[in-house]
Amino acid sequence: MTPKYIAHSRSIAARQLGDEMVIMSAVDSTLFTLNPVATAIWQAADGKTPLSDIVEGTICREFEVEPELAYRDAEALVNALAGHGILLVSEQPITTAQESR
Amino acid sequence: MSLMAEVNAKALALGVPISAHLDITYRCNERCEHCYLEHDDKGEMTTAEIFDIFGQLADAGVFFLVISGGEPLLRRDFFPILERARALLFNVKLKTNAVLIREPEAHRIRELGVEQVQISVYSHRPEVHDGITKLPGSLKKTLRAIEFLKSQGLKVTIANVLMRPNLLDASGVQRLAADMGVGYTLDPTITPMMNGDTSLLSMRAPRDVLRQVFRDPALVGDVDEFCAVPAPVADEVLDDLPCSAGHTACYISPYADVYPCVQFPLPSGNLRRQKFIDIWKNSPELNEVRSITARDLPTCSSCSHVASCTRCPGLAFMEGNMRGPSTADCEKSFVRTGIPSANMLAKASAPSRRPSFPGLVQIRMATT
Repeated sequence: MTPKYIAHSRSIAARQLGDEMVIMSAVDSTLFTLNPVATAIWQAADGKTPLSDIVEGTICREFEVEPELAYRDAEALVNALAGHGILLVSEQPITTAQESR
Repeated sequence: MSLMAEVNAKALALGVPISAHLDITYRCNERCEHCYLEHDDKGEMTTAEIFDIFGQLADAGVFFLVISGGEPLLRRDFFPILERARALLFNVKLKTNAVLIREPEAHRIRELGVEQVQISVYSHRPEVHDGITKLPGSLKKTLRAIEFLKSQGLKVTIANVLMRPNLLDASGVQRLAADMGVGYTLDPTITPMMNGDTSLLSMRAPRDVLRQVFRDPALVGDVDEFCAVPAPVADEVLDDLPCSAGHTACYISPYADVYPCVQFPLPSGNLRRQKFIDIWKNSPELNEVRSITARDLPTCSSCSHVASCTRCPGLAFMEGNMRGPSTADCEKSFVRTGIPSANMLAKASAPSRRPSFPGLVQIRMATT
């Protein structure tokens, strides 16, 4: 399996609100909220950790879920967020990730 | 409920200040006739102080950050401030007169991921706009800046304030915004100065002009709905909160003073002496603001407009009582619907305080 690396786009605003992440794209002012699982993936999107490691090390440890199912869902999520331009996805490590709180 | 409304409701339930407005300076290169600020620098926050406050705001959960002034670009550290705000992933809205924005500044603002830029334009006619700003050539510079910002793909909104000097120009500014492909807002609110001086209120638009504005579908949407006679008030409406001021939003001055809102000058703490989160959670002033529901408003709770009125608690505070009516909003409700507010009715039925007319002027003289 080709590794996937994920990082936040530079054109977003983001803040944790309770157990959810609130994100707004500065490009088109679209607002997103991520549930706790998607928030965990978002927070781990440092551009250096492969998605498979994020799923294994974060999602499968924090949530009761089969690794294959978790990876499939995570892949769908990152592809959707990438489609909206708020997440960068690459087969190589990404070095432009912004600081996130 | 829209996603935005859900986010605000969640912030309210969690006690999170989801929105903050920070004026980084009160200095300005314009001297607008209606401005409520004193422009002398009385000890602005340093860059380091602002950076520290940004960290505190992010930790407290602030997401929407308005950076304004005065004219924010007058600060030499404007771009470092903006960079820091964006590095902390605030959603930044910039309010400016844009006079100092040329191509390089527009490019940098876009590069930093500012979500939108709101720019004050008071008329499409230079003699009127520049007459209000007291800065010759300001309309030309502002419009040029809007072009630069637009060419960078930034979301720009023209904000017009309706007042006596530009009463005839609202539709001209609206057309200008449409021609330039930017958003447009019109605000008829003129507020007293922060120091309490009410002389600016004489600039408020008269009733007949407000009536036209409130019947313009381009500004208010569905006119019939906007101007509808208020329905009987359901009891649960009285448990509603007046607005977001102090509940999910706050204002910070260039001198680190914290207030419930930019339009609500109730000093609630100072960030040079206290941590933001301590002020937000424990300030007696903010907690008092939060304790007030529509039921607690002695006059407004019995008003037929209570469910739809835009009553501003800050304007009420400036009139002397944060639980009282805001007469500017009473006026708006009346002009919208034709139904006088409870405050207007009470004033009309109150006995006059002037002495009764004693008859023809008499001169009495006595000679010795």
